[in-house]
Amino acid sequence: MALSSLTVHEAQDLLRRKEISPKEIVEDLVRRIEQVDGAVHGYLSFDAGRALKEAEHADVSLPLGGIPISIKDVVSVQGHPCGCASKILQGYVAPFDATVIKKLRAAGAIPFGRTNMDEFAMGSSTENSAFGPSRNPWDPDRTPGGSSGGSSAVVAADEALAALGSDTGGSIRQPAALCGCVGVKPTYGRVSRYGLVAFASSLDQIGPLTKDVRDAAMIMNVISGVDPCDSTTLDDPVPDYTVDLDKGVKNLTLGLPKEYFIKGLDPQVEEAVRAAVARYEKLGANIVDISLPHTEYALSTYYIIAPAEASANLARFDGVRYGFRADGITGLLDHYGKTREEGFGQEVKRRIILGTYALSSGYYDAYYLRAQKVRTLIRRDFDDAFAKVDAILCPTSPTPAFKLGERTGDPLQMYLADVFTLAANMAGICGISIPCGFAEVGGKKLPIGLQILGKALNEATILRVANTYEQSTDWHRAKPDVGGALHSTL
Amino acid sequence: MSATKFDVRYVAELARIKLEPAEIATFESQLGHVLDHVEKLNQLDVSNVEPTAHSFPIYNVFREDETRPSLDREAVLANAPRHAQGLFIVTKVVE
Repeated sequence: MALSSLTVHEAQDLLRRKEISPKEIVEDLVRRIEQVDGAVHGYLSFDAGRALKEAEHADVSLPLGGIPISIKDVVSVQGHPCGCASKILQGYVAPFDATVIKKLRAAGAIPFGRTNMDEFAMGSSTENSAFGPSRNPWDPDRTPGGSSGGSSAVVAADEALAALGSDTGGSIRQPAALCGCVGVKPTYGRVSRYGLVAFASSLDQIGPLTKDVRDAAMIMNVISGVDPCDSTTLDDPVPDYTVDLDKGVKNLTLGLPKEYFIKGLDPQVEEAVRAAVARYEKLGANIVDISLPHTEYALSTYYIIAPAEASANLARFDGVRYGFRADGITGLLDHYGKTREEGFGQEVKRRIILGTYALSSGYYDAYYLRAQKVRTLIRRDFDDAFAKVDAILCPTSPTPAFKLGERTGDPLQMYLADVFTLAANMAGICGISIPCGFAEVGGKKLPIGLQILGKALNEATILRVANTYEQSTDWHRAKPDVGGALHSTL
Repeated sequence: MSATKFDVRYVAELARIKLEPAEIATFESQLGHVLDHVEKLNQLDVSNVEPTAHSFPIYNVFREDETRPSLDREAVLANAPRHAQGLFIVTKVVE
């Protein structure tokens, strides 16, 4: 049996019954990666020797004992490269473990490999990686989504049991949807960001990408909680997220926001999401129509706030303390200018310039302050909605996976890929994407994602709602024919 | 052609990023379109709305004022493009 195709909880059962060993899982993952990652390009690097060594000492009685978890290249793992898929962090080796990595290790997990991403998590397709895009395991001509597209691709292609990603405007949920995985964006403050390279600090969260909802709950159990090293973490007790998974959706009220079923929504996506809603009704949920009236302003608000925060956060990449420094420098200003010109890719430069402009003297009130005020209106929309419903159902992405190269020339088109996910980051609430069907495009099956949004700190509810649907379908069990993908690209 | 135009060359200077003339032209057009889209925000009356900087108001998170271990100096310096005698080497600032 191919161990790489197991879910985390399946692997755990086999490990605890001593039918398999952690070492065998790592060996099988490495075999699988060597077989298919040439076509998928989900990993930037991995250290098989170190993972095997850690596997030998793994304690399988721990909550994630002996389970390798693949890590997006934006989360620090001591002694591993952490490059954010950027040239400017070339050669950088993390001198410490992020809090989520410390927690994973304490739970017995093995941090494994570095998954590809859009540079500094800026993008929706992995095409902004300085090391080339990842490919969607369902169709190698298409994007796996982004920015955590390496993580979603390796989970979908069975090159990982599960992975960590980061979500600033949809960067976990959108790639999960496009690859047919489960992806959770936790509540702002639920998971520590210490050791996550910062993009937009009022929006970033780390979360899991997995093969089913139970796995996501198991990883959330481990990575959640307050952290003295991240002053934005919330000091609320962490429940066992697996406890309520099987409680069903009877007596729950689920809201359908009319603003998410609009022109531009792919008909096959709409059909699949509406079918999922009908299924929920059958499973006993009470479905009501709701309105999130400021939805249409979310994209504009996001593309002021996120670049503004990014322009400040990325000022640290100055070619002095770490990473790349340009050659042939004539003075300090030249040092900064050339290092950042040569070290950053196009999208990162674009966003730093946009953010610097939005914060610059004379424009701050017109752009940044106004966007923060509209952010309040978006947040209030969700407060009003959650007074009436337990969770919200909507599409994760307006379209299935798009073709590589299709949107790279038009940033605004690329930004629209996140139009349904970024409001959750602005409001700080939690969200999950789960598979809810397939679109047929050009003879290929492309996964469709259902997004479930929940009130702040109500991860248990959205995981329960997600699990109820998942257990009534087989979508999450479908596997792409990556062997076929391998042939078609070679 | 976009209605909103801003001086990409000047803003890039503020952000300490050198750009080729061709890049400046491309960014001017692309970011002009993005700013046109952002104009949408002017449709809303926000005069009585408080801004949101963070989703949840958490203030004054302090820890005990005690020394604690920090990162190992050698491990940190190992990432520097240039370092010597326990220090980062910076491009010369004064003549």
